[in-house]
Amino acid sequence: MSASPGTGSTTGREPSGASSNDHSPDGAAIGRRLRERDLRAAPAALNLLESVAPGDREQSAALLREVSPAALGGEAPGHVIGVTGPPGAGKSTLLSALLHAWRGAAHAAGGQGRTVAMLAVDPSSRRSGGSLLGDRARIEFDPTDRGVFIRSTSAGERLGGLAWATRAAAHALAAAFDIVVIETVGVGQAETEVADVADTVAVVVQPGSGDVLQFLKSGIMEIPDVLVITKADLGQIATSSRRDVSAALRSLGLSSTRTVTVSSVPPPRGIEELIAAFDVHLASIDLGERRLRARRANALSDYIHEHGDRGLRALGGRSAAERLLAKQEPLLDTAALVTALEHSAADG
Amino acid sequence: MMRTYAGHSTAKASNELYRGNLAKGQTGLSVAFDLPTQTGYDPDDELARGEVGKVGVPVVHRGDMATLMDGIPLGEMNTSMTINATAAWLLALYIVAAEEQGVPEEELQGTTQNDIIKEFLARGTYAFPPAPSMRLIADMIAYTVEHVPKWNPINICSYHLQEAGATPVQEIAYAMSNAIAVLDAARERVEEAHAGEEAAARELMGQVFGRISFFVNAGVRFVEEHAKLRAMGILWEELGRERYGVTDPKHLRFRYGVQVNSLGLTEAQPENNVQRIVLETLAVTLGRDARARAIQLPAWNEALGLPRPWDQQWSLRIQQVMAYETDLLEYPDIFEGSVVMDGLVAELLDGARAEMAVVAEHGGAVEAVPYMKGALVDSHRQRIHRIESGEQVVVGQNRFAETAVSPLTDDAEGGILVVDPAIEAEQIEAVRRWRSERDQGAVDAALSDLARAAAGEDDPARPQENLMIPTIAAARAGATTGEWARTLREVFGSYRAPTGVGEASGHETPDAELTELREEVSRLKERLGRRPKILVGKPGLDGHSNGAEQIAVRARDSGMDVVYEGIRLTPAQIAASALQEGVHVIGLSILSGSHRELIPAVIKALHEAGVTAPVVVGGIIPDQDVAALQQAGVAAVYTPKDFDITRIMHDIVELVGARANGRGSSTNGSPPGA
Repeated sequence: MSASPGTGSTTGREPSGASSNDHSPDGAAIGRRLRERDLRAAPAALNLLESVAPGDREQSAALLREVSPAALGGEAPGHVIGVTGPPGAGKSTLLSALLHAWRGAAHAAGGQGRTVAMLAVDPSSRRSGGSLLGDRARIEFDPTDRGVFIRSTSAGERLGGLAWATRAAAHALAAAFDIVVIETVGVGQAETEVADVADTVAVVVQPGSGDVLQFLKSGIMEIPDVLVITKADLGQIATSSRRDVSAALRSLGLSSTRTVTVSSVPPPRGIEELIAAFDVHLASIDLGERRLRARRANALSDYIHEHGDRGLRALGGRSAAERLLAKQEPLLDTAALVTALEHSAADG
Repeated sequence: MMRTYAGHSTAKASNELYRGNLAKGQTGLSVAFDLPTQTGYDPDDELARGEVGKVGVPVVHRGDMATLMDGIPLGEMNTSMTINATAAWLLALYIVAAEEQGVPEEELQGTTQNDIIKEFLARGTYAFPPAPSMRLIADMIAYTVEHVPKWNPINICSYHLQEAGATPVQEIAYAMSNAIAVLDAARERVEEAHAGEEAAARELMGQVFGRISFFVNAGVRFVEEHAKLRAMGILWEELGRERYGVTDPKHLRFRYGVQVNSLGLTEAQPENNVQRIVLETLAVTLGRDARARAIQLPAWNEALGLPRPWDQQWSLRIQQVMAYETDLLEYPDIFEGSVVMDGLVAELLDGARAEMAVVAEHGGAVEAVPYMKGALVDSHRQRIHRIESGEQVVVGQNRFAETAVSPLTDDAEGGILVVDPAIEAEQIEAVRRWRSERDQGAVDAALSDLARAAAGEDDPARPQENLMIPTIAAARAGATTGEWARTLREVFGSYRAPTGVGEASGHETPDAELTELREEVSRLKERLGRRPKILVGKPGLDGHSNGAEQIAVRARDSGMDVVYEGIRLTPAQIAASALQEGVHVIGLSILSGSHRELIPAVIKALHEAGVTAPVVVGGIIPDQDVAALQQAGVAAVYTPKDFDITRIMHDIVELVGARANGRGSSTNGSPPGA
């Protein structure tokens, strides 16, 4: 197990001999591999994107440039799906069943199945900064299946938001994988943030959770694209929950939100229906428009995170910044948009 | 009754061991099964690798059971089986073996441990999710009360809770809550069977209550431990009268067997464990009103590895000296009227009732598994912290540690039994032969019958079938342990128990050492560019997760990102996690003695996945195995001697830091390959 000379300490690192900048891995090379849909580049991509070391940040930017819409000649092909919901709603069992169906169904029919990357965001950070990432254990998959990639990350130090690395990773992995799932915990704030990254947002609730109805009606909760009610095996309760939720959505005039009832315990039920609902939603939206809006929102939030209110004032306020972003080339990635804002602030 | 917990290698070898022990004056059998048998896998399953015949005997089919009990008259024997998830299956094999000896099932005496909640909480040999597991238990109770009336279908275990760190109050409260969950499930069966016949239902419920026995632990604080047992007796009687309407004093008696504490036994100066065992035995024998029915003692060298026949003989002799040489058994209850003892009991009762109320608020023991698990991990964390700080003295370990060379551990194997690795290959061969020689059609039919009975739950119109019936039929037909369990897994789904580490609270106010460790971790984070990430893995079927849990909690408290997925992982799963999660270091924990096979297998899988992160190993690793593990590529090995977890963390931080040198961060750029 002794590390060969020049090999990094972390797994999946590129040999540092191949890197161009201060022994950081070669971000552009990793990005190119993702663009060529080399799934084995995923661990190295995540290791790099999570690093805040200055050399690594430059390489991260290089990686992201390689998978930017401009480099891809359009939007990344992967479908980014946000799955969020309160603890105990059955997200992990649901994800196991989904994974199985995505990988297996087509496989059985002689096809390849869809490749899946999952980013599990764990909220359990402590004051020590450390966290316990145990979620992947609950998602069953064949460990030798190279078409599956699961990475758990702590929510990070950026209060109330998805870690920058998670957003960047979702974009990057969408270049290589057919499906990218971002799993987060919570109801209320969480799905708003996921909505800034995901093409489709699913909220998972268990039967009888009346608070979700309250959140929907009061507007605390952003309206999901798909509402999943788990534990259909509970029978009557699940059926009446679905009725209540559907009625609430109709009363809000939101008939476009699909409601699916699933059971993840054997025999699983509703999983194919849910996958169909994801696909129908993706087909129904203007993907380029949704992602462009997300990139601009992310760029502004990254800029503010970096430069604060003073930075925003240097641009002439939020509306001016938004106008500026709207004038940029649509295929620019988030980092390029942030750079554009920074240049404008410096010029101003 | 005097027993030693025994079984290893093969059914034939264990049979010889049992006959030898019976000849030495032992009065019952206590069967230890290997982990594949306990968790429902055949010897040729990938997960069984390295575990066949290790911690007990492999019993794969009725032929193995017949060999195991060969020449032992089952009509007279009292057999205790430490078996839980697969208890229904092993009882079925035992019934079939008796049948073959011409002994009817109603004459069989003994106990199946069959306590699944403590498997989720502490011991880890579960096979099915909680709800169907409870159904199996209720089915066994219903079956044995009617057909095997002298059998104890379940032994509620508080033993393992203490091993997992439970305080006396937690041990009492969780054991009683567990009993309530079982009895409530059994009561439903009783009421179904005797709808509208209240008197008959009450009578049957009394019998069911009377068949529940306990398996408890006794630690070295033997006065308090004795008080604990008195408190349990009081609570049990109260529970019987008030919750289940039991009136017959015979049924209300708190019956328990005991294995004294293993957690407190040390690897350092292991000879001291003998006096610990003696004192712990006093806890369960001193006062007649709370005296154990059956006692089994661990061997002095348990913290080192598997005991040999001589080590077990020594434990048996301890009991014999106490029973036959001392005056221990000559008096009525010696604590009667003791104000101090009564006060201690009252204090424990108060604490236990309060904690039972918390479990009830969570919806009972089944629903409260995550809560109880978190509480146990936290108690254990505090215990370790007390030992680390010297507040709790462990002689020979954190005090009086100087020692002369021990002649007891001086032989080539280091004073333990080593199971011949060839046995696994033989057993794999044997099970394949068994499968090829049996009537496959009969097995297939029996298993599909079992599957149908198990799935019947979905149809509320049909009364639920008792799973013991198709289980016994499958045993008779020649099905294997793995086939029986796989059939039920396919119907019930598989399950991973909560790890408890997320719920366990951290160090609220870090002490100086932890603060220093956090600073080290934070400096390492600067160098790595991201938070140091550790994978804590438990390969194989070993369910003893205390060590892994405590490492995980401390790593988190020191500021690392910790990937901990619980027990029972294959080398391929560990390698996939390490690769995908991008961890900087991998910690593996094994206590079952299978490190010789499993650690190299994991390292090979990591290598094939291209993972270069260093591997450290913790567990019961005999000195003579350390060099071989290092040869295989392990960076460091930790054993129970290394009780200071903060020190282990320092080592790990240093190890990761040293590897990081090759990479060179922006501030400290040593050239690549330096």
